[in-house]
Amino acid sequence: MIFEGKVIKYGDNVDTDVIIPARYLNTIDKKELASHCMEDLDLDFQEKVKTANIIVAGNNFGCGSSREHAPLAIKESGVTLVIAKSFARIFYRNAINIGLAIYECPEAAEAIEGGDEVYSDSDRGVIVDKTTGKTFTTKPFPPFIAQIIADGGLMEAIKKGNIR
Amino acid sequence: MSMTMTQKILAAHAGVDKVEAGELILVSLDRVLGNDITSPVAIREFNKLGYDAVYDKTKVTMVMDHFAPNKDIKAAIQCKMCRDFCREKEVVHFYDVGRMGVEHALLPERGLVVSGDVVIGADSHTCTYGALGAFSTGVGSSDMACGMATGKAWFKVPSAIKFVLTGKLNPHITGKDVILHIIGKIGVDGALYRSMEFTGEGVSELSVTDRLTICNMAIEAGAKNGIFEVDEKTLAYVKEHSDREPVVYRADEDAVYDEVIEIDLSTIKPTVAFPHLPENTHTTDEIDEIRIDQVVIGSCTNGYYENIKEAAEIMRGRRVADGVRAIIIPATQEIYLRAMREGLLEVFIEAGCAVSTPTCGPCLGGHMGILAPHERAVATTNRNFVGRMGDPTSEVYLASPAVAAASAILGRIASADELED
Repeated sequence: MIFEGKVIKYGDNVDTDVIIPARYLNTIDKKELASHCMEDLDLDFQEKVKTANIIVAGNNFGCGSSREHAPLAIKESGVTLVIAKSFARIFYRNAINIGLAIYECPEAAEAIEGGDEVYSDSDRGVIVDKTTGKTFTTKPFPPFIAQIIADGGLMEAIKKGNIR
Repeated sequence: MSMTMTQKILAAHAGVDKVEAGELILVSLDRVLGNDITSPVAIREFNKLGYDAVYDKTKVTMVMDHFAPNKDIKAAIQCKMCRDFCREKEVVHFYDVGRMGVEHALLPERGLVVSGDVVIGADSHTCTYGALGAFSTGVGSSDMACGMATGKAWFKVPSAIKFVLTGKLNPHITGKDVILHIIGKIGVDGALYRSMEFTGEGVSELSVTDRLTICNMAIEAGAKNGIFEVDEKTLAYVKEHSDREPVVYRADEDAVYDEVIEIDLSTIKPTVAFPHLPENTHTTDEIDEIRIDQVVIGSCTNGYYENIKEAAEIMRGRRVADGVRAIIIPATQEIYLRAMREGLLEVFIEAGCAVSTPTCGPCLGGHMGILAPHERAVATTNRNFVGRMGDPTSEVYLASPAVAAASAILGRIASADELED
């Protein structure tokens, strides 16, 4: 899959409480969740995400709660890809299960800046920062993970008979 | 065989003799848990799958604890969605207001987890049951939905860090100080993707409550699970609470660990995690005066009988400081009832505390004690992220029940030793 777009950059330990504060977890409506995404971390996120669709962050992205509402809110906001130095394990699992693409690539996460234009081909495991011209390599998704993301999530993949 | 405790449990549930770190396996689940926040998403996903029934009516478990008793209309609708689903699917272990407790305190108490089990829960603190020698871990709602449908989940087999506990805890030092000390040492991603396995002669010095508290916060170090070696205390606890037979898995002598860390329990002091990460730890003897507005004693980390009892003994005959709101939340109905029968609730009320029915409530900023801008709380809960208990400018300091109780009395963060006799 190809991902392309402008970057919003964050630091280490972006936790699920700032991605989607618990006070908004009284709904499972994706649009409503998305409207509060990153609210406690970055009040400008809603504005930024109108023109940017890739999040780049530091270590332990998505730490904290198991709320699947967190990757759901990010995806529904229009973000197509999250690149981080590392991910908290439940967030990693949840992101794949709901069909949000994520890369663990410390070099790219370090070098890419907010506002940069990025191009990535997940089948080849390549990330290109078009603004600086730097290229990074990451492990391509294993086929079953690639399939889940392409299908739009674990449930869709199971329904389509792509995961048995 | 060279397997850790965790790897042995996973191998047995995958139906294979041996697993290795990094391997992807499909395991059978002894229990699938959800709460009133995560279950609605799981139910929506489950309904997409087209299954008529859950895989086992006695193994799917839902607990209405986060925003229950319902904090608002939307929360009421979410609880109703869970209630209707459980009624329709004839889910046996559905716990509603009046019978529920904070989920991770409730399941061991109800005997729903025994040593050797594999449990997934759509709640990050599902790792609590490692205290009983089970493999348990937090997952998302999609995993819960798949688990409810098929009774299976996939895992990458984790490697482990071995914690060798020695020595004995000093008075008023409990499991909370131990786990905060460890997270302060290894960091909030210090055990990322891995197991934290607790062993050593010091284990026998820790109560089952201490072990529940320690495993509960394994996730705050990024771990997949925390797990204690099973001993006589574990087996006695399981026997008292469950009719099911525990299965004891011990690590092989030649099990391979990424790291071995020795923790001398006798050196641990009252430890507090400052905002906004559980790794920002300080001991109470090295901090300046920090005035507080609220104290919360409860949660799946520290709402157990032993914790409530200790806090009550510290508060007995004393008064909560002016300007401090102290909120006590026994984690389950059984704990609440016992505390009431033993007069502990009276001690709290006489001291000027509010006592609440079981709920996760303030721990995640849901209800029952939300903080205003710039307010500061000492809480026996497990997270102190930005906005965790209320306004994004408010602050949460994580501490033991003893520190929380002493802080309520003194109006500042303090250890129990600082109280005058």
